[in-house]
Amino acid sequence: MADPLLRVENLVRRFGGIVATDNLSLDIAKGELHAIIGPNGAGKTTLISQLTGQLSPSAGTIHFAGRDVTQLPAWRRSTLGLARSFQITSLLPDFTAADNVALAAQAHDGHSFYFWGQARKEKHLRDAALSALTRVGLDHRADVVVSRLSHGEQRELELAVALATKPQLLLLDEPMAGLGSTESTRMVKLLQELRREVTIVLVEHDMEAVFALADRISVLVYGRVIASGSPAEIRGNEEVKRAYLGDQHVVTRHG
Amino acid sequence: MLLVVEQFLNGLQLGLLLFLLAAGLTLVFGIMDLVNLAHGSLYMMGAYFAATFVAWTGSFLGGIALALGATLLLGIVLEFVALRHLYGRDHLDHVLATFGLILFFNDAVRLIWGPAGLALPLPPWLTVPIQIVPGVFYPAYRLAIIVVALAVALMLYLVVMRTRLGMLIRAGASNREMIGALGINIKLLYTLVFGLGAALAGLAGLMQAPILTVQIGMGENILILAFVIIVIGGIGSIRGAFVASILVGMIDTLGRAFLPDLLRKILSSAAASTAAPALSSMLIYLLMAIVLVVRPEGLFPANRR
Amino acid sequence: MTASLNARNVAAALIVAGLLLLPLYAQLSGNMFVLTLFTRIVIFALAAVSLNLIMGYGGMMSFGHAAYLGIGGYAVGILAAEGIGSGFVQWPVALVTSALFALVIGALSLRTRGVYFIMITLAFAQMAYYVAAGLARYGGDDGLTIYKRSDFAGLINLSGRVQFYYLCTGCLFGGIYLVWRIVNSRFGLVVQGLRSNEQRMQAIGFPATRYRLVCFVIAGTMCGLAGALLANNTDFVSPAVMYWTRSGDLMVMVILGGMGSLFGPVVGAIVYLLLEELLSQVTEYWALIMGPLLLLIVLFGRGGIMGLLGRLHRG
Repeated sequence: MADPLLRVENLVRRFGGIVATDNLSLDIAKGELHAIIGPNGAGKTTLISQLTGQLSPSAGTIHFAGRDVTQLPAWRRSTLGLARSFQITSLLPDFTAADNVALAAQAHDGHSFYFWGQARKEKHLRDAALSALTRVGLDHRADVVVSRLSHGEQRELELAVALATKPQLLLLDEPMAGLGSTESTRMVKLLQELRREVTIVLVEHDMEAVFALADRISVLVYGRVIASGSPAEIRGNEEVKRAYLGDQHVVTRHG
Repeated sequence: MLLVVEQFLNGLQLGLLLFLLAAGLTLVFGIMDLVNLAHGSLYMMGAYFAATFVAWTGSFLGGIALALGATLLLGIVLEFVALRHLYGRDHLDHVLATFGLILFFNDAVRLIWGPAGLALPLPPWLTVPIQIVPGVFYPAYRLAIIVVALAVALMLYLVVMRTRLGMLIRAGASNREMIGALGINIKLLYTLVFGLGAALAGLAGLMQAPILTVQIGMGENILILAFVIIVIGGIGSIRGAFVASILVGMIDTLGRAFLPDLLRKILSSAAASTAAPALSSMLIYLLMAIVLVVRPEGLFPANRR
Repeated sequence: MTASLNARNVAAALIVAGLLLLPLYAQLSGNMFVLTLFTRIVIFALAAVSLNLIMGYGGMMSFGHAAYLGIGGYAVGILAAEGIGSGFVQWPVALVTSALFALVIGALSLRTRGVYFIMITLAFAQMAYYVAAGLARYGGDDGLTIYKRSDFAGLINLSGRVQFYYLCTGCLFGGIYLVWRIVNSRFGLVVQGLRSNEQRMQAIGFPATRYRLVCFVIAGTMCGLAGALLANNTDFVSPAVMYWTRSGDLMVMVILGGMGSLFGPVVGAIVYLLLEELLSQVTEYWALIMGPLLLLIVLFGRGGIMGLLGRLHRG
């Protein structure tokens, strides 16, 4: 196998006495859709935040595209091609949808120390924004202020913003969270298209979506990867069943 | 050598006074999340009350006891009338509203007491110099300030660390929702804490009154020192406020006393006497800048208790 | 939405026209005091416009903005006292010194957020105040009289009241235009994005601090210009112009007029200084009224006057 796109080695993150990431190692191969699942509090968001640089790890290393990025700030990692969506929608609420995406495109179009020209009239930025919005099906809402978009639309916009940074690796933190069933279906379809172009790490609670989409699945429990493999392998894994899928089945039955 | 001991005590005294002011400020900020610029006005009111009540009653101790009570009461009224409506608002709103209060207090004082300052004369028993080490005399009143301020600081420590009220205060500083969940009367707690902060500021003001002139705007300069202290010590941390207060008091006093001589050793005498006043007043800000570079959260960040 | 924009645009147009025609009114009515008053208002409006750039658009709540008024003023005053009267030297020095001060203060203060930032900018401005008060050679506490206004080689005569007024007004309009260009530029969008959601901006690849710092320096420089104008206006500069209550006044102007609106700070400066003037004619104790008024504005008047104009047509 070729060198992985993302290699995490012996990552540790402590919060006071709590170990949220416990000596975690993980490889993401180029081109795959790698799902990370695990019960609440398993440290999934903490992991994503360390990968994108919002949090710095207590120990361990992160290599992205062959380069050690462990100490790089979030914005540098973004310029290298690492993009994320946030679990709790994190957009610029007082900007329009198009502005949100155009800014992401602008961030990857050289520096922004231009003080005179009107940025909203720069055609290539607007075009990039519109095409990303079209990808997620939001082009008709381009000029709406984010705070007036529905929750589902905001989730889609998160994705468009991440796409506009032309990432090599997309880290999606529960993109289906809070979506209705039709919205979820649309999101799954969208991810199915995207996976052909970009490597994706997907953190998700929706098991149906995960097993439908993932090439490989890693199961995170108490900050540790207890199993990693194809969906079929994970389904058959006794430890996973005990630690995680057991109570998930209960939930599924209720739902 | 004599000078060093004396200036050291002066620095300690300034530091402790600053602590009284900063403690109230940091408590109010830590618990109610309120930035109160008018804290310096309470300091000023403490001094004015003291000068007035001492003149009325003819008794120094009686007068300052009344003044302390009056500042406490003023703090509670102020919280009730104005500040409680600001809880949960933007910090910017706090800054503006309490800036308005400063304008109000300054002109109110000018209206009531006139534009000229007041003097608060000391009773004879507090003016005698006391021999602290052989050959070194220090004014009794300044010594009294140190003793009182230390006692108050100790009391504050005991209240915050050992009592139920203190437990609530600490809980509030780290987790505001928790107090509500405990079923405590938050409004009452807030009013009490604000009153306590006001009384501490008033105490600092009235103790300073016999040394400086009691005048309009006296609370503003010292308030900014208190801000510097809070930034250095870490917002919401009583311990940080204490350490930073002593640090700032010492550096400011010793800097002003000895920097001119030090400068004269390296620079020409004329250059030194030009640079010294400017430079010595910059010292504590330089200290703040250094702390900011090394530890942007302050020396004792409250959330890392 | 368009209606609200119109209401604001009308207000802006009225301000521009009013300020331009003011000298005419002063001449015709013989009331030259109004020109003196408005020269002062226009200068403070420029300072408020610069503060609005960082506060309203950039979300940086600086409580030390008056420091640049002093720095700009002292640059003019000290050079004049040393016999350098040319405005072509004085003014660039005023701007560069303000920019450098903003660079240093900003680099330190921007390591922090929120209340810390408010307190630190306040403290550094106060430091500037004490340094100025310690300048015994240049008047110390008492301030420095400027015997001759900046000399622009006959190009413009700063001693002519109308000429000077138009110079100030020109600087104000220039400042507003500059802010308008910046706000709509790539740079401006980044700064506003950082105000809105810093984490998101970092995640899409913007290094926050350097954009904020540049914005901070631009605003400081612009306010330094206001300081140079102010010193020429009063023929005097003293530490008092950078006292922290001055910074507070500037903040009040920005918020009163409406943060993050182009003409808001101008409206704020006009209303605040006129109110101060009127109240002080009624009573010596004008702050007794102004203080509680501020409290009421904070409690009930969201978005300032320009925000009110917006709501007027929307609701």
